[in-house]
Amino acid sequence: MSAHTLEKHDGEEVYFQFEDIDQQQETYIVGMWSFLVTEVMFFGAMFLIYTLYRWNYHIDFYIVHKSLSWMWGGINTFILLVSSFAIAAAVHFAMKKDKAKQLMWLTVTQVCAVAFLAIKFSIEWPEKFSHGLIPDGAFQQNYTAYALEKGYGAMPDIARIFYSLYFTMTGLHALHIIIGIGIIGVLMYKIWKDDKIITDYIPTEMVGLYWHFVDLVWIFLFPLFYLIPA
Amino acid sequence: MSAAVQEPPQSDEQQPRKNFLNADHTIKSWLLTVDHKRIGMMYLLGVTFFFFLGGIAAAMIRAELTSPRGGLMSSEFYNKTFSAHGILMIFFFLIPSIPATLGNFLLPQMIGARDLAFPRLNLASWYVYMISGIIVLIAMLTGGVSAGWTFYVPLSSSYTNDQVALTLVGLFLSGFSSIMTAVNFIATIHKMRAPGLTWFRLPLYVWSHYATSIIIILGTPVVAITLFLVVMENAFGFAIFDPARGGDPVLFQHLFWFYSHPAVYIMVLPGMGVISEIITCFSRRAIFGYKFVAYSSMAIALVGFLVWGHHMYISSQSTYLGIAFSLLSFLVAIPSAVKVFNWSLTMYKGSVHFSTPMIYALAFIGLFVIGGLTGLFLASAGTDIHLTGTYFIVAHFHYVMVGGSIVAFLGGIHFWWPKMTGKLYSEYWGKFSAIVIFVGFNLTFFPQFILGYLGMPRRYHYYDFAPEWQFYHILSTAGSSILGFGFLLPAIYLTHSFLKGKRSPHNPWGARGLEWTHVATPPITENFSEPVVVNFDAYAYDPEADAIEGLPEEEQQIILAGGTTKKEELL
Repeated sequence: MSAHTLEKHDGEEVYFQFEDIDQQQETYIVGMWSFLVTEVMFFGAMFLIYTLYRWNYHIDFYIVHKSLSWMWGGINTFILLVSSFAIAAAVHFAMKKDKAKQLMWLTVTQVCAVAFLAIKFSIEWPEKFSHGLIPDGAFQQNYTAYALEKGYGAMPDIARIFYSLYFTMTGLHALHIIIGIGIIGVLMYKIWKDDKIITDYIPTEMVGLYWHFVDLVWIFLFPLFYLIPA
Repeated sequence: MSAAVQEPPQSDEQQPRKNFLNADHTIKSWLLTVDHKRIGMMYLLGVTFFFFLGGIAAAMIRAELTSPRGGLMSSEFYNKTFSAHGILMIFFFLIPSIPATLGNFLLPQMIGARDLAFPRLNLASWYVYMISGIIVLIAMLTGGVSAGWTFYVPLSSSYTNDQVALTLVGLFLSGFSSIMTAVNFIATIHKMRAPGLTWFRLPLYVWSHYATSIIIILGTPVVAITLFLVVMENAFGFAIFDPARGGDPVLFQHLFWFYSHPAVYIMVLPGMGVISEIITCFSRRAIFGYKFVAYSSMAIALVGFLVWGHHMYISSQSTYLGIAFSLLSFLVAIPSAVKVFNWSLTMYKGSVHFSTPMIYALAFIGLFVIGGLTGLFLASAGTDIHLTGTYFIVAHFHYVMVGGSIVAFLGGIHFWWPKMTGKLYSEYWGKFSAIVIFVGFNLTFFPQFILGYLGMPRRYHYYDFAPEWQFYHILSTAGSSILGFGFLLPAIYLTHSFLKGKRSPHNPWGARGLEWTHVATPPITENFSEPVVVNFDAYAYDPEADAIEGLPEEEQQIILAGGTTKKEELL
């Protein structure tokens, strides 16, 4: 334990197990990409399930998707694209060692992330909940009532699968956004405090990689759920 | 000629006074350690704990099967027992056994690094592992699971009233523990090798762990999300796989086996790495066909992902798909056979020493060959239809998993025990228990091949419709008692060795891996007191090195270190 903190080879910020700062940074990047591979497989499995069901039940999926608001989905897509731009800018200014602008752009990212969640949790999901469109035991009944009210509807069973996938996939995506807000918050704090782990732009870059991944998932989720062609 | 790079003393009086074991004695220094060696030791305790729990469940199963009318347990309780056995053994013993204990302990030493790339992530993985194990144990004590370790829907979703959801939450978490280990290994192997340690100078043990890590990061997330979706079905009534709600249960099987077939390679590949180290050391020869063995690990990792459908020949999967999966499954036998041939050829004309680890390695080869060849019966779709879901399958995967992974694990533990603890164990008891395990194992599982061929279904505890099977079941139960005794022995004499054993010399086997030649026994916290430069191949065994065995210490040391130089001298 003690030796882990004692030995420093190339300055304060190099951890015990690394020879120099370059090795440390490269290792971080390899680790981050390996982690992103697991994330791709994680969401990939769900996209596969989605694809198979949509392939089987295309018409029903088309009818059910009309109950989602493409407008709010579109706004959220735009918000996330802005946040992606903002974090790319933050990485850029991290490379330029411009602390103030880096923090400013990270703040923009945070604001976008919170706005995204606000729309999802205070507008989109409550609207579904108010119609009882939660895929539990009472779903079929609630959906039938909803379909009668709207004047169109899909097979309630399929609608239940659709909503199960919708809530699971967007829910897990939202969870990733929440985790992202936490990570960016910690990063901002460390930058603000000039913490020794902020060696250069690499920590920001890694957070950026994560954030781009989360955005990218939404770039797939949005058309798959909100923009199904007839 | 350079002097030895290290000060690791070569005789037992000179074990380093400070090593990773006695660097600090508080409980806190263990629980909060980021030292990969200590984490490896903590994993060793964890997997041993779950192994014996799973073993108790196995003993209960065997006791129940001695009678064709199954009088000891109710059917439901029997289901819960074999489910507990499978879940504990697979997710909490086999998957973490070699990578998380021996892998954690040895990987940095084998590549000349002071620690893994992400030591804190490593510690986190141990905690996640233990917490997930405790969650699963709680689930078992508060109701258990009767769906088997495969959790097929709708058995695990609509038709369950026990603790499936909680168990799956535990397994979901344990998946993250292995992902953390795998990400750590990949980053470490890619970026933290010592100068001069090229990919083809790596010990094959490192190659096999690399292949394993790739399987883990590609496969584990898929099963994690699949099990997560079953939790959603169970706990919140979501509709994904349940046919009663319009879902497709076969899709669950596809996703489950997409991970769970490669997972058998997660379990056996690290074992193959261990065997490569042991065979070379105790045959005093370099491995035959290094690159073939290295590439065969990667080939197994790759082809292993294309064969999952052979678990589903009797599902509604199309026959043509079955044919393709059958062909691909035969393909995966090739790299496995390459390894077996190369180990055999390594021993050919080597000077073979029958030490305890070598006996385990030889047992591994024999049992793995039987396990592998019977796998071909199951890979071919035609015979599989007769054999699937019978004791033939049970015997087959126990030959690969127990005869492969556990035997390799024990072999590895014995081989590196002096390195891990600085103590020697009794060679007599070591050999004795290895032979007991080999005999007990075969007596337990070989009769099950016959039972399966005769048609005894797996997961049944009632076979009064064919009471003549009782003979084989009793043979099997008798074998399992011997096997259980064999597993208890190492637990006893290794504990004794740890507490009271003789101090080990620096390199008791005369092995040539970096972890033996350049790291003290037991290692110091930083592994290497100064950076290593590697300008020699792995397995640099040669008869001359053996011939100097009688020479004085200093001369031996100089000759043995002949392959190494100080960094500045190289530059």
